[in-house]
Amino acid sequence: MDLGPHAAFIWAAYAAEALVLAALIGWLFFDGARQKQQLADLERRGVTRRGSGPAKGTP
Amino acid sequence: MQTWTQKLANPTRFMELSATILPWLTGAAVLTLAYAMYLAFFVAPPDYQQGETVKIMFIHVPAAWLAMMGYTVIALSSFGLLVFRHPLADVSAKAAAPIGAAFTLLALITGSLWGKPMWGTYWVWDARLTSVLILFFLYLGLMALRSSLEDESTAAKLTAVLALVGVVILPIIKFSVDWWNTLHQPASVLKMGGSTIHPDLLRPLLISAIGFSLLFVAMHLKAMRNEVLRRRVKALTMAEVERAARGHAAAPAE
Repeated sequence: MDLGPHAAFIWAAYAAEALVLAALIGWLFFDGARQKQQLADLERRGVTRRGSGPAKGTP
Repeated sequence: MQTWTQKLANPTRFMELSATILPWLTGAAVLTLAYAMYLAFFVAPPDYQQGETVKIMFIHVPAAWLAMMGYTVIALSSFGLLVFRHPLADVSAKAAAPIGAAFTLLALITGSLWGKPMWGTYWVWDARLTSVLILFFLYLGLMALRSSLEDESTAAKLTAVLALVGVVILPIIKFSVDWWNTLHQPASVLKMGGSTIHPDLLRPLLISAIGFSLLFVAMHLKAMRNEVLRRRVKALTMAEVERAARGHAAAPAE
């Protein structure tokens, strides 16, 4: 593919677009996974908005 | 009868609905962007003046539009928070800020990389470029203000007020090329009397804009979901801390 004399500018623009969007998407997935993990840890410990400790009926 | 915004006011309902929509939205964004890139690199002809550099326009123009759309989302959400106290309004405003900032940064970077071969300079302090740079700083200011305040409710209200004051930047960006003598070209896609761009170049540009818009919405939904989860984690952590403090206070002194 011949992009002419300004090919470097074109590739640099697309590379910047890919880099910034990949970083943003990566951060969104990492952040989501971290929140889910923290929520799962709290729920595993039986923490509820009304208090913490094991749920009623559990041994 | 509830309106759709009232139905969505329940974060649990929002989480269920967004979980269903998100995969489809992401798939549609990926497919549309792949088709747009195919058109951009293998179908679209070089422009008679810009040559192949016109390919930068296929990512620069959507980034610039979404930079403004991101701020519009923040402004509308801020209005929803301050006037209607919609429970998800602040979640939406907070989630849109980094995404809008990213697209503004991309508009500035890709614009500079187009400007160097076409104008002979990466940057010029003309009204359009400068007003978009101010928009970028506004995004940073909103995020900095929010993170500098510990109380979430106060941070939400102050950020919303700043966002509504800053909305004045949007018409300045849009009409800067008409109000002042700028190096940046005037509107050529969305203008009275129709677009001045040849259909062979307009098609990939519009498809790219649709693809990036779908991606924007998908990322915004994902960021909103993360924020809802973050607030649940915070609420549960606070409940745990309060319970521990009560238990400690009730324990008999030895």
